[in-house]
Amino acid sequence: MLIESLGPVLVANRGEIARRIIRTVKRLGLRAVAVHSEADAGLPFVREADEAVPIGPAAPAQSYLDAAKVLDAARATGARAVHPGYGFLSENSGFARAVIDAGLTWVGPSPEAIERMGDKINARNLMEAAGVPVAAGTREPATDLDLALAAARDIGYPVMVKTAGGGGGIGMSVARDERELAKAFEQASRAAARFAAAAAAGGAGDALAGPAILLERYIERARHVEVQILGLPGGKVVALGERDCSVQRRHQKVVEESPSPGLTPELRERMLAAAVRAGEAVGYLGAGTVECLVDADAQDFVFLEMNTRLQVEHPVTELVTGLDLVELQLRIAAGESPEVAPVTVGHAIEFRVYAEDPRRFLPGPGAITVWDEPVGDGVRVDSGYAAGDTVTPFYDPLMAKLCVHAETRTEALERARKAVASFAVEGPKNNLEFCAELLEHHEFVSGDYDTGLVARMRGGGPA
Amino acid sequence: MAEVRAEMVANVWKVVVKEGEAVSDGDTLVILESMKMEIPVLAEEDGVVAQLKVAEGDVIQEGDLIAVIE
Repeated sequence: MLIESLGPVLVANRGEIARRIIRTVKRLGLRAVAVHSEADAGLPFVREADEAVPIGPAAPAQSYLDAAKVLDAARATGARAVHPGYGFLSENSGFARAVIDAGLTWVGPSPEAIERMGDKINARNLMEAAGVPVAAGTREPATDLDLALAAARDIGYPVMVKTAGGGGGIGMSVARDERELAKAFEQASRAAARFAAAAAAGGAGDALAGPAILLERYIERARHVEVQILGLPGGKVVALGERDCSVQRRHQKVVEESPSPGLTPELRERMLAAAVRAGEAVGYLGAGTVECLVDADAQDFVFLEMNTRLQVEHPVTELVTGLDLVELQLRIAAGESPEVAPVTVGHAIEFRVYAEDPRRFLPGPGAITVWDEPVGDGVRVDSGYAAGDTVTPFYDPLMAKLCVHAETRTEALERARKAVASFAVEGPKNNLEFCAELLEHHEFVSGDYDTGLVARMRGGGPA
Repeated sequence: MAEVRAEMVANVWKVVVKEGEAVSDGDTLVILESMKMEIPVLAEEDGVVAQLKVAEGDVIQEGDLIAVIE
């Protein structure tokens, strides 16, 4: 199949990522179809698509997570492929299967690969079998507190508690003793119930019976480093470098950079090789990310999870490799076998510009009165909004991604300082002030930082 | 008497207390949801929930009255 026969491509997402995918779809000469909720009707991604279909009210369960409505929109517009972006239905194997059953091309890995990696416990066991290092943790889901307490006694405190399904750091917390574990278990259970409800609403039918909670040994001074992989037709998997995502608040990423300043060349080589093994073990096709935790002191790593989709922070990899990952996804979905040279040049950093206050990181949606993006050599902004748009409380707080690329990390930091200073946003609260502060912080500037950095900057406050 | 107001635009995800209920400083009154984040709204003093102005599913604006504690 040729890439020309892939269009129109329906983009089953919103905001900056829908806009970014639409850009590549159109550049390849294909028609782009957007779907949108009532709340998003005025956003740039809707205007920039060749065709846009309203699919329901603001609540994600009644629009972006409603598989039937998205499929109806594909049928009505004659779309021949569906790109899910990240979040929403992107890791919903039931939806992937429904797209394929409708005779359309799914721009992503097989539903089987999504399933095998979607359950974090299953993924962990699979990776262990493939020879990828994993953290000490539960091999079976802990479905009640007693099981969790018993597991924690075996693993040893502190433990990280998280839901087997879902993602984005939601429901995750660290427990240092039994009392904290009881609280963490309850929090994770609540999140698991919500993921299950969302999956059921999406028509996935893979809602779980009880809360499936996973416990893992918690690494104190950890860096979160992930490897971008690309599975090619024929089974070959290539690693396109790593991204360091250790600047996090509430276990959610704020800044990502490539290469990671915290890896020795030897550790990097081992991690990239392990990521390739991970991809090959599941017969992975297309773009995926193998997330790992790196023990900064021991210079060792363990597998965390695999994301079977395009990642928010993929521009960092695009800047250092010169590749367009969305184009590669589309070409692979069309059956092409693109030549990919895994060579990286220079240093790239991404800052997530969130609609949140820069001190406590609490959401601050609102109407945008001023929106002025930085421009210049080595500066890339992927944004979902413009002046006159409203950031609503219904979706995640990501307004834009400010990315810089330069020959060295020092030059990239300097470029970032200038770009952050010239990014003007008024209306919603925003974290640009935090980004500026980070760019002057001795730990971040030195490159010797870990996932505890933001909490330390905020005096142990919410992170 | 203390008025508890919304700090941001949000959806009321869960109402934890009822009117007339006794609460202590730090108790969760309602849980808001904004931008995929759960935000518990806490009582800032001991007292009784004299008024509860929101219901689950409501969309509230910054500054809207959530509850009055007496």
